Amino acid sequence: MMKAADLAAIRAIITRAKRWDLFFSLLGILSLMVGVLTFTVLFVDMAIQGVPRLDLDFFTSFPSRRAANAGILSAWVGTVLVMLLTALAAVPLGVAAGVYLEEYAPKNWMTDIIEINISNLAGIPSIVYGLLALGLFVYYFGFGQSILSAGLTLALLILPVIIVATREAIRAIPQSIHEGSYACGATTWQTVSDHILPYSSAGILTGVIIGMARAIGETAPIITIGALTFIAFLPPAPFTGEPPAGLFDWMFAPFTVMPIQMFNWTSRPEAAFTVNAAAAGFVLVFMTLAMNGLAIYVRYRLRKNIKW
Amino acid sequence: MQIPTGFEAGVEGAVLKADVRELDFYYGAFHALKRVSMPIHDRMVTALIGPSGCGKSTLLRCFNRMHDLYPGNRYAGGGIVLYPDNTNLLSPDVDPIEVRMRISMVFQKPNPFPKSIYENVAYSLRVRGMRNKNELDDRVESALKGAALWNEVSNRLKELGANLSGGQQQRLCIARALASDPEIILFDEPTSALDPIATASIEELIIELKEKVTILIVTHNMQQAARISDYTAYMYLGEMIEFGVTDQIFIKPQKKATEDYITGRFG
Repeated sequence: MMKAADLAAIRAIITRAKRWDLFFSLLGILSLMVGVLTFTVLFVDMAIQGVPRLDLDFFTSFPSRRAANAGILSAWVGTVLVMLLTALAAVPLGVAAGVYLEEYAPKNWMTDIIEINISNLAGIPSIVYGLLALGLFVYYFGFGQSILSAGLTLALLILPVIIVATREAIRAIPQSIHEGSYACGATTWQTVSDHILPYSSAGILTGVIIGMARAIGETAPIITIGALTFIAFLPPAPFTGEPPAGLFDWMFAPFTVMPIQMFNWTSRPEAAFTVNAAAAGFVLVFMTLAMNGLAIYVRYRLRKNIKW
Repeated sequence: MQIPTGFEAGVEGAVLKADVRELDFYYGAFHALKRVSMPIHDRMVTALIGPSGCGKSTLLRCFNRMHDLYPGNRYAGGGIVLYPDNTNLLSPDVDPIEVRMRISMVFQKPNPFPKSIYENVAYSLRVRGMRNKNELDDRVESALKGAALWNEVSNRLKELGANLSGGQQQRLCIARALASDPEIILFDEPTSALDPIATASIEELIIELKEKVTILIVTHNMQQAARISDYTAYMYLGEMIEFGVTDQIFIKPQKKATEDYITGRFG
């Protein structure tokens, strides 16, 4: 039988111990707010400045010396095309590398070293990729200061992210499913194509989007390979112009991208250009959020039929 | 046909299907199977019993070369000969995929693929290159009937396998193992994740299946071994302690160690 005094003592202990719960949850909320509030303030400030500037002309005009006439046509087209090439190059390479490391590669010191290096690659400053690309793509392969060079550079930059995400998505598949496939008599490739890739596609997609979201805002490596800050024309669409452009000529065109356009405008003294920069920033954030939204939706659709 | 020394055929009319001969197996430096020998009789149920860590699952997973999937595992001597063609399953010249096409497996926890019921069963046929829709339909139906699941799922073949109950999922996995018409089916504690009613239906199914296919089953449940198996092998610390006809093992074990385990004095 518990005495009343003992019960009171226990309650006092619990109350005292629970203070830490309260303390930590307050600390947690505070830490969370630092990130969320900072972003919200920045975003709202940008929106207040920039949104009134947004109209159709802003999207369909080239940059101009006069702030009121300037637009982001060449920038958003450049960003979309560069992102397209980045995805086309990085996704197959990254997924293939991740699948190889998880399913095929022997586990030995060689693969250990490769593994460590992939994690390290993700931490290399992006400007270093820019320098590498300047030497490799721009000069050695002779792609020039083109959309192709930029796409491949950003692909290199996000490759580690995609490889790591692919490997983690594959590791999330239960061992029993893996063994079940082999027990049916499947080869490694059959296991990969019939099970591993379909079941890990949602996770891989998440990694791809995280990588792309990083790439879309990258400025330093793109400047390093020589993107122009003032572009008043679009890359040639296939089979247009005189003489007609080839199917892939747009890849070799000079270009600019959204963050460079923003950077360019913020460095102008006139206040009207700062407003332009805010508007472009708003569009850029919106593009990223739209990409994330799409990813969440596709992931939800893909996961609906995956139950272990 | 050679029967390993020390063992007798036991059940009348029994024909050897496979034969484990002085098998040694290592996980890295750990000697998991020590000169294990035992016969597997055609269209009989052979049960492997023993305390946790005795090597019974390790031995089972040698039969379909599951150990080949992981680095550091080593077959270090002896072998498993499959009859009537005298193939040593563990020979480096034999492709593990060929072995798995002949010997299928049902796992401890039901592991249906996150695909439809139909595709789960059809998968073992698809990896064998079967593409003809009618043929696939027929084989899937007969496998599901063989696994006593057809009546419950015939009108919902397109649903996810994971939507079935635990016992149904395990029967789905049995159908998947059965579809390819294997010579031996390996069961690795197939009922340990199931309730008693689902367990009973799986046990009943195993007894029916032995009409057509040889069965090797690892079980923690000694009553289960006594109920469904024709032969029982008792293993301890990687060694085969005793092998014999199930009735004899349970009623009159030859070795004191076996008797202690079976009567619950140990293990």
